[in-house]
This record gives sequence, C-alpha cells and structure tokens, in this order.
Amino acid sequence: MIDILSNIDFAPFILSFKLAALTSFILFLISLPLAWYLSQTSSKIKPFLEAITALPIVLPPSVLGFYILVVLGSNSPIGGFFEQLFDIKLVFSFTGLVVASCFYSLPFMVQPLQSGFESINKNMLEASYIAGKSKFETILKVALPNIKPSLLTAIVVTFAHTIGEFGVVLMVGGSIPDETKVASVAIYEMVEIMDYSMAHIYSGIMVAISFFVLLAVYIFNAKQNKKFGKFI
Amino acid sequence: MIQIDINKNLHGVDKNMNLDINLTINQGDFIALSGVSGSGKTTLLRILAGLEDAKGTIKVHNNIWLDSNKKLPVQKREIGFVFQDYALFENMSVEQNLLFVNKNQKLADELLELTQLTQLKNRLPNRLSGGQKQRVSLCRAMMSQPKLLLLDEPLSALDLSMRNKLQKEILALHKKFDITTIMVSHDPSEIYKLASRVIVLQNGKITDDGLPKDILLKTNGSAKFSFEGELLDIKKVDVIYIAIISIAQQIVEVVISQDEVQNLQIGQNVRVGTKAFTPTLTI
Repeated sequence: MIDILSNIDFAPFILSFKLAALTSFILFLISLPLAWYLSQTSSKIKPFLEAITALPIVLPPSVLGFYILVVLGSNSPIGGFFEQLFDIKLVFSFTGLVVASCFYSLPFMVQPLQSGFESINKNMLEASYIAGKSKFETILKVALPNIKPSLLTAIVVTFAHTIGEFGVVLMVGGSIPDETKVASVAIYEMVEIMDYSMAHIYSGIMVAISFFVLLAVYIFNAKQNKKFGKFI
Repeated sequence: MIQIDINKNLHGVDKNMNLDINLTINQGDFIALSGVSGSGKTTLLRILAGLEDAKGTIKVHNNIWLDSNKKLPVQKREIGFVFQDYALFENMSVEQNLLFVNKNQKLADELLELTQLTQLKNRLPNRLSGGQKQRVSLCRAMMSQPKLLLLDEPLSALDLSMRNKLQKEILALHKKFDITTIMVSHDPSEIYKLASRVIVLQNGKITDDGLPKDILLKTNGSAKFSFEGELLDIKKVDVIYIAIISIAQQIVEVVISQDEVQNLQIGQNVRVGTKAFTPTLTI
C-alpha cells in the first residue's frame, strides 16, 4: 500500500489545478464587464450575446474541441500568426488548454455573475450614482460587495468545471506529460491500460477534493445569508 | 429658482401618456407632488434627478441641467434622493452609508444625532426597522448637502406614529439646511403639515397648483366638515336608510332619506359633510 501511495504521480493534479486557477482568473476579468453589461442592458443584441455565452453548456465538448483545433491550429491564420510571431503553439500545449478552457467554462463564470448583478436592487445602484459615484466605483464598492455569494459561486464553479474538463482537453491538448496531461486525462489512460488500482486512487482524490470545495462554498453562502438577511 | 419645462412619452400599462410639465419652483419651497398612481409623479422626480431622459429644459439656479444639446449626468447634479424602498447600501453600516456619499464626518455625526441614530451607527441595514432605515436614507440624502431634495413617497410604508415623527424630522432638515424639497405624497395630512405648495398631476399634466389649504380642504358652502369616502352599503332599517361608508381606515354609518338613496350607487365615492347636526351625503 505504502508502495503504491509513494508511486502516485501528482503532476497531473498539479497541472489540473494550475489550468483551473489560470482559467478562473482570466475568465473572471473577462466575464465581469460582460456580465455587468448583460445585467444592465435592454438592448436587442442581449439575447444573442446570452445565447452565444451559453453555447458551451449545450455543445458536446468534441464540437468545441474540433472548432478550436480548426481555428487555432498551426495551419489556421490565427494559429499560424501566433506561432510565427510569438512562437506560441495554441494547440497541443498548455497555452492551448488555457484558451480552450476559457471558451468551455465561460458560461459558468458569466451566468452566476449576471444573475447576481440582476438581483441587486436597481435603486441601490442609482443611489450610488446620485451620491456622485461613477459606474466603475459603484460596481467596485456597491455591486460586488453585495453579490459575494454569486462571486464565490462563479469562481468556484468555474474552477471545479475546469478541473472536471475532459473532452475538450483531450482533443485540444492530447496527453503530453507535464504539459497537457491533466488529472481527468490521466485517469482515462489508466482505465485504458487497466491500471484500476491507480485509477481508483486518482478518482478518489478527485471526488474528495471536489466535495470539499463545494462544501466550503455552501457553508460560506449559508453564513452570508445569515449576515445579510433576506437580501441575498 | 428651478425652472422645469419637460416632455416625455410614457408607455403605461393600459395606455400611452404624455408627461408634459411646465413649472417654476422657488428656492426654499416645500413642494408636495400628488395625484393617483400612474400620473407621472415618480417619473418627474426621476427626470429631475437625471435617472431618466426627457426632452425639454431644466434650469436650476441658472445652471442648465437639461436642454436640447446637454444632459448633466446624475453624478453632477448634487441632489438628495430618498427612495420609497430606502435603497440603502446593504454591505455598509449606517455610518458607512453616510460617509460613502461624502467623507464629512462632522456632518454625518450631526445628522445621526439629529435623527437619533447615533447608537445604531455600526449596524448593517438589515438589522434596522423600517422607520430607522428611512431615517438613514434621509440622512444619506442630506450628506451631499443638496440644494434640491427629492423624496419619493418616503413615508408610505410606515405606521402612523412613525410617520408623524419622521414628518417632523423631514421638516426640521428642510429648514435647517435651507433646501428646496419636492416630495411625492398621497397623504393629505402629511401634505398639509409639510408642504408650502401642492402640485396635483393627472395623466402627466398639472391639474392643480396652489396652497395646501386651498387644494386639500374640500368643504364648500356652509359645510362645517367634509370627508371623502366610499359607499360600501345601504341598509333599510324600519323607515330609514343607513349608508355605510368607508372613510380613510374607518367605517361610519350615516342616516339618509329615501330620496337620497335613489341617487346613490354602492361603490360610489361620496363626500360626507355636516352643516348643523345631521351629516349630509353628496356625490
């Protein structure tokens, strides 16, 4: 047993967490203005933007992976441009995984933020404008502090969803050790070569981590509800 | 002096309406804005605040807030606004709500003292009662030291004794800081106590404008008192008829004659007045 435990290669887990952390961070920056815009606008293009944002939930990961390969591959204009100019490969590389994950997890960041912003009493935002505060300051000091549970949900769900990714990473990244071989891909390979004991350990770790992350979110949200009452 | 000449098409629930207001308000006035719901009162207030667009001009103390080629953003108008639902910043304590508007600690302390909120200054809004929230909301509106204070039915959600108390505080603040106040209100006694001028809106137009006592007191001729109410029922008791009328929150009975009964319909709005001893009912 100790023999098996000491043989565990944690590199796929570390890679998974690195990917999830980076994806969550980038998506948070992108999604904040997008979610705010969607929550405040009544423009005609809103349903189109919402539909596009939600697409990754519905599409099979293989469809998304296929298009990413087509658009970002070395033979495509965009992929070629990045490869020639910056020497960055956008497929079968960690960078490629980050880009693909950002597409794949976008709705999981945008939707909780948007519904959080939408739940804010509009008069509260207007009171801030009347107090002479700009939109930016209002978002930072009034809107965001009042949607803490939504913020946490958005970040954690995005993080967890990226850890749980499989189809897209397999298609866009393949299984290069220390580069694109994340935990989910590693488990898939272990099952394929019938190394069930290792697959058990890896899967067990995944279940445990995921459970405790979600548990922490729900405990935090329950505490926030107590503190701010019915408002949130 | 505030000069308002604005025009806006509103899309109501059952019909479209044109809000067309031409109004001059003197510095220091306390204006009560009255009228049935949907008559455009809140919209007028929001246009003044810059929260909604409209065509026309708004001039405040010779500064142009709105004309054909300029709209002063809401942030620059330096007004105080009290929302019907308080709209306090839920993430900030009472004191922080005030200081967010303006870092003037002395003014905040003074306002909290004036409205007896000093002991509650560290509480979050969701731990306050309705009356306390409304006071915080009022103090917050005063923090920008506004020239113009806009109140959108500020006391409608409160009970009578709390309303009386806050009416005094609003009046005290209005006088102390020498501001011009516009308040939306449906309550005649509130209007009478606070306002120096009443403006009645109907379908987006001003239909009445004058002193509270001229507009609110409805007694005519030799009537000694007069109340408006809804006729709920007419009962025949032996040879007389008794009308049951709901006035404000009370139900009253009035004896009426058979001739009067013929002209009345249940559900009608009636006026109950008296000349000597017997109340009379007129439509």
